[in-house]
Amino acid sequence: MRYPAVAIGAAGLVAWPWAAPPYFVFLASLVVVNAIVAIGLNLLSGYTNQLSFGHAGFLAVGAYTAAIVATRWPGVPVVVALLTAALGAALVGLLLGVPCLRLEGLYLAMATLAFGFVVVEAIVNLEWLTRGNDGLRVPTARLGPWALATDTARYYLAVLVGAAMVWAALNLVRTRTGRALLAIRESEIAAQASGVHLAKYKTLAFVISALYTGVAGGLFAFVVGFLSPDAFDVFLSVDFVAMIIVGGLGSVPGSVAGAAVLTVLNDSLAGFQNYRPLLFGALLIASMLFMPGGIASAVRRLKGG
Amino acid sequence: MLSVDDLSITFGGLTALRGFTVDVAEREILALIGPNGAGKSTVFNIVTGLYRPSSGRVTFRGRDLLALPPHAIARCGIARTFQNTEVFRRLTVLDNVLIGRHTHLSAGALRGALGLPTVAREEAAARDAARALLARLGLEDAAGLEAGSLPLGLQKRLELARALAAEPRLLLLDEPAGGLNPTETQALMEVIVRLRDAHGLTIVLVEHDMELVMGISDRIAVLNDGRKIADGKPREIAAAPVVIEAYLGGEDD
Ligand SMILES: Nc1ncnc2c1ncn2[C@@H]1O[C@H](COP(=O)(O)OP(=O)(O)O)[C@@H](O)[C@H]1O
Ligand SMILES: [Mg+2]
Repeated sequence: MRYPAVAIGAAGLVAWPWAAPPYFVFLASLVVVNAIVAIGLNLLSGYTNQLSFGHAGFLAVGAYTAAIVATRWPGVPVVVALLTAALGAALVGLLLGVPCLRLEGLYLAMATLAFGFVVVEAIVNLEWLTRGNDGLRVPTARLGPWALATDTARYYLAVLVGAAMVWAALNLVRTRTGRALLAIRESEIAAQASGVHLAKYKTLAFVISALYTGVAGGLFAFVVGFLSPDAFDVFLSVDFVAMIIVGGLGSVPGSVAGAAVLTVLNDSLAGFQNYRPLLFGALLIASMLFMPGGIASAVRRLKGG
Repeated sequence: MLSVDDLSITFGGLTALRGFTVDVAEREILALIGPNGAGKSTVFNIVTGLYRPSSGRVTFRGRDLLALPPHAIARCGIARTFQNTEVFRRLTVLDNVLIGRHTHLSAGALRGALGLPTVAREEAAARDAARALLARLGLEDAAGLEAGSLPLGLQKRLELARALAAEPRLLLLDEPAGGLNPTETQALMEVIVRLRDAHGLTIVLVEHDMELVMGISDRIAVLNDGRKIADGKPREIAAAPVVIEAYLGGEDD
């Protein structure tokens, strides 16, 4: 039952640009970007119980890193730009994760929130590098001889990268590292008694989470084509948290589902700016009340019963 | 093999241990008994690195345990269960046991994420070992269930399975029979003795069930109000006036 489902899903993803109008191809790329962020955030918050309200900051680090690399070295392969974005964000994740080891719960949430503000301030002020509030135009992504100049080309790039990230995350959570993260979430003292090095795995969760979000940031830069600091405000970080709550804490497929639902919803509510927060909040509350465990556990229950 | 020497610890104003000393020999079953609040669990928490004593020494096979963090102590070959069970509630029974094997697996994050064949083989072997262990403890049918959904008796057994998955040399059991009925307690006694006889484990257990304690211990140490008031063979302890006074005369749960 699993392989046919995967095959049908893959065929759908490949066919999408032919079936859908261009705007929806662009939107699908954004879904992939957000899905990668949601997986990264879920590894940190859903798996390891370290709450973050600062993931827009990691997204910005990845996006600006990729954009600056592509600007400084014209013709650099998009894979290199994305890898640099991943490593840059992972390094920032390490630098944030180590001091955050001493924090948990509300204090950790506040620290990551502050991190998000610091990143935006840094982008605004480092004008020589980021062009500050004027914004930064992102060069067309290149892959060897090809320029990924259309929404469709960039969509396929996003889907390929996204599929690789989903596959790696599924592998990770099913093996030793993923179990260690879950053990920390469930009981820190029992995890330690089983030989799990708390500080190491909590920091690792930060690094992996930031790495995922950095890759997403790099994709975001090429998909959108223009970066400015106001795109990475705290509301985006809250959106990411909403994605993993609606999708399901501690679930990779749930992260993808939550990202899809909220990205599409955000987009369809774009015309109703005034009501957006209201509808958004109502959806979040309803989802927590009627679907605790998110989409992932609702699906599990449907399958089970 | 384990040597606890002159341990003292205070919490706020309360002194939980005062100069507690005990030695455990290889392949010995030592019971630690005493009224509630005597400091028994505190001894376990110090040996496993969760608490730092204000004074004293703990050495295990020549190594100074007080210099090590909890996960490193586990790696030395010390595993434990908890008085108030600490299973990983929202994980499956099988995953609980696999986490017990954490120190015996080698795959890091990158190799795990890439799903390398060596990792797949290691995982398959670990799963087989975990299932075999579950079968030995009569938990094979529960492998796919959420640990938190099990009745207390099975959760206690699962904690034992998780501890054994680490293949420890020293096993610390904190009230393993708490909440078990007499049949389950009898089965547990047999398991404990078999672990020592067949696998050469050294076991320290905290227990209130005197029948179990008298039945399987080589030696019993009695704690009262943070002090050791007696230490000897079960027969000697059962007859010691100081024990009868402090332990059996006092309040007990
Ligand atoms: N983490 C802690 N903080 C404060 N007091 C503690 C702590 N752990 C144990 N104590 C106190 O130390 C004393 C011994 O507790 P414990 O070792 O759990 O006793 P028991 O012999 O019943 O296992 C008790 O008075 C308990 O309240
Ligand atoms: Mg106790």
